[in-house]
Amino acid sequence: MSGPKFKSGLRLMSGNEAVAEAALYAGCRFFAGYPITPSTEIAEVLSKRLPQVGGFFLQMEDEIASIAATLGASLAGAKSMTATSGPGFSLKQENIGYGCIAEIPCVVVNVQRGGPSTGIPTGPMQGDIMQARWGTHGDHPVIVLYPDGVEDAFWETIRAFNLAERYRTPVILLTDEVIGHMRERMFLPKPGTVSIYNRRKPRRIPEKYYPYQGGTQDVPTMAPYGEGYRFHVTGLFHDRTGFPTNEPAVIDAEMRRLLRKISRAYNDIVKWEELFMDDAEEVIVAFGCTARSARAAVKRLRARDRKVGLFRLKTVWPFPERALIKIAKRAHVKKMLVPEMNNGQVLFEVERVAGKYCDVEGLQRLDSEMITPRQIIRALREN
Amino acid sequence: MAFDYEQYLRVDRLPHIWCPGCGHGIIFKALLRSIHGLEIDKNDVMLVSGIGCASRLPGYADFNTLHTTHGRALPFATGIKVMKPNLHVIVTSGDGDAVAIGGNHFIHTCRRNIDMTLIVFNNSIYGMTGGQVSPTTPYGSFASTAPWGNLSVHFDFMKLAQGAGATFVARATTYHVKLLEKVITKAIDHKGFSVVEVLEDCPTAYGRRNKMRGPVQMMKFWKDNCVMIDALEKLPLEAAKEKIPIGIFSQTTRQEFTDEQHQVAQRAMGEE
Repeated sequence: MSGPKFKSGLRLMSGNEAVAEAALYAGCRFFAGYPITPSTEIAEVLSKRLPQVGGFFLQMEDEIASIAATLGASLAGAKSMTATSGPGFSLKQENIGYGCIAEIPCVVVNVQRGGPSTGIPTGPMQGDIMQARWGTHGDHPVIVLYPDGVEDAFWETIRAFNLAERYRTPVILLTDEVIGHMRERMFLPKPGTVSIYNRRKPRRIPEKYYPYQGGTQDVPTMAPYGEGYRFHVTGLFHDRTGFPTNEPAVIDAEMRRLLRKISRAYNDIVKWEELFMDDAEEVIVAFGCTARSARAAVKRLRARDRKVGLFRLKTVWPFPERALIKIAKRAHVKKMLVPEMNNGQVLFEVERVAGKYCDVEGLQRLDSEMITPRQIIRALREN
Repeated sequence: MAFDYEQYLRVDRLPHIWCPGCGHGIIFKALLRSIHGLEIDKNDVMLVSGIGCASRLPGYADFNTLHTTHGRALPFATGIKVMKPNLHVIVTSGDGDAVAIGGNHFIHTCRRNIDMTLIVFNNSIYGMTGGQVSPTTPYGSFASTAPWGNLSVHFDFMKLAQGAGATFVARATTYHVKLLEKVITKAIDHKGFSVVEVLEDCPTAYGRRNKMRGPVQMMKFWKDNCVMIDALEKLPLEAAKEKIPIGIFSQTTRQEFTDEQHQVAQRAMGEE
C-alpha cells in the first residue's frame, strides 16, 4: 500500500474527504452506500478512490442494502464501510444489530444532521448519541467514536477500523454536518507509518474451527467465506459452532461473552482529550463540533484566570464513566457543564456517573445552530 | 443407485424444522443433485438466505452458509460475490422474503445482473408465522390475515424478474422434479443473475385454509394446472389462460456486474 495512489503531505480537506481517505489507509476495500446529505461526499470520493487501490464501490438501492452488502463483504474477508446520515442511520439499525450478534467487523459512519425524520438535512445537530447506543433492538455491545475536526476524523476513522477488526464488531463513527463539510489543513501520513490492525484468522484446521468460540479476550477468530472453512452464520442465538440454539444456558453464556468482549476492553477503546484539567474547578464535557466552541471558551476563561477545563469525549460509547468519576471526585472540581446540540443526551450520562460528586449542568441548542463560545461562557457565569 | 444426499448435509443439524408435507425438502434435494451434477466443490458453494421457512435451509447444508435478516439475503450475497467472485452464490428465499420485504433488493439485483442464483420457494403464504397473506397469495385465497379472501392480485415472479432485467428466468414446481433439477442446474450454470421460482406446497398454512388439506392434493394441483411454456402456445387461447406456465421463460446474456467491478478496479489501478 504505497505509491502514487496515496499522496501523503499537507492537504486542505473536508471532514468527509478525510473519512474516505482514512478508510483507504486503514485497509478498507469495500464500500456500499446510498446518497444522503450530509454524508454523500464520502461515497463520492470512495467511488473514485476505491478502484484505484483495487477495491470496490457499490451504490445500492437503499440504506438497508448498503449495510447488508457491507456486512456480506466483511464476511468474505474485506474491511468494509458504509456511510449515511440520520434517516439512513435509522434504516440501518436492524442490520447493525445483526453485525453485533454475528460479530462482523465493519465501520458505519453517521454524519449527523437535524432530526427526527427528515429534520434539517443541511444543518448540524447531535441528536443521534442515544440512537448510536440503543438504535438496534436487544442488548448489544457498541463502540462509537466521535471526532471534533478534519484531522481527528481521519485518525478516528482509522481507529474505528482497527477496533472493528480487533473486536469483531461494527464500529460507529459519529460526526457532525459541520465537520463533514468544513475544510481544514491536515497532514496525510505516509501509508506505511500508520498502525493497522487486521482481524485474527483461525490457525486451527477447518474441522476444529468454531466461529464463535471466544478464545483470548472473548473475541473469536474469523475465517473468511470461501477459504475452506464451511461455517454457518446466523442472527439467531447460536452456540460456538454458529448454529442456532434455544438452550437458555448457552444463550446466557454467549450474550454475556458478547457484552463482555467490549466492556473488558474499556482501556483500549475509551479515549478522551483533556485541556487545562489539572486544577479545573469547572469542567466542560463536550464532543464533536461543540468541543471546538468549548475549547475556545476554556482558553478565553483561562486568560481571565477562571479555572476551567475541557474534557472531550473521543469515544462516546462505551461511555468514559471511569475517567469522569475520577475527575468528578477531585476536591477542586465543583461543576460539570455539558453543552450539546440535542436535548441533553450526554447530560443524562454525565449526571448518572458524576452527579453524586459535583454539580452537573446542561446547555442545549435545538435550532441546528452551533453553540458558541460566548454561550458557554455565559452558561458558566450564570450557574 | 440412490443418490447420497448425506455427503452434502450437516446430518447433526437434522431433523429440520419443516412440517410434514412441506415442499421445501423436494427443492432442497433437487438443489443438492444440481450442485452434485455440476461437480462444484463444497468449499465453492455459498448459500445465503433471509428469514422464513426456506431461509432455514442453509443451516442444514454443508457449504459456506449465511442466514441473514428478513428480505436482505440478496444484498448480503452481493457483498460476498463482489469480494469472492469464485464462489457460486445461491440464495434461497420464500415468496414474502423475496418480493415483499425484499422486493426492492430483488428488482435491483435483477437489474445489476450479478452472477448469482435466486431460488424462490413460493408457497403463496407466510408459513413460519402461521399463514398470513403474501404478495404471491392468489386473489381471493384465504389466509390468517385475509379471512374474507385476498383482495390484491399476486405478483407474477417471472414478469417481475424479466422486467427488472434478470438474464435467466425459470419456473418449476415440486411435482415436476425432473424439470426442477434441470432448471436449477441451468440457473447455477448461467453467467448472470438467475431466478428460479418453485411453486410448492404449504399444506399446514395455505392448504388447510384453501380446500387443499393434504400435500398430495396440492401436488396434484400443479400436475393438473401447469403446462410447459412452449406447449402453452399450442393450446387454444381460452384453455391457455387457465394454465400456469412452467419451464425456462428466458435466457439472455449481457455484461455481468462482478466482472465489470473487477475490470474497473484493474483499469483504475493501472492509471497513474
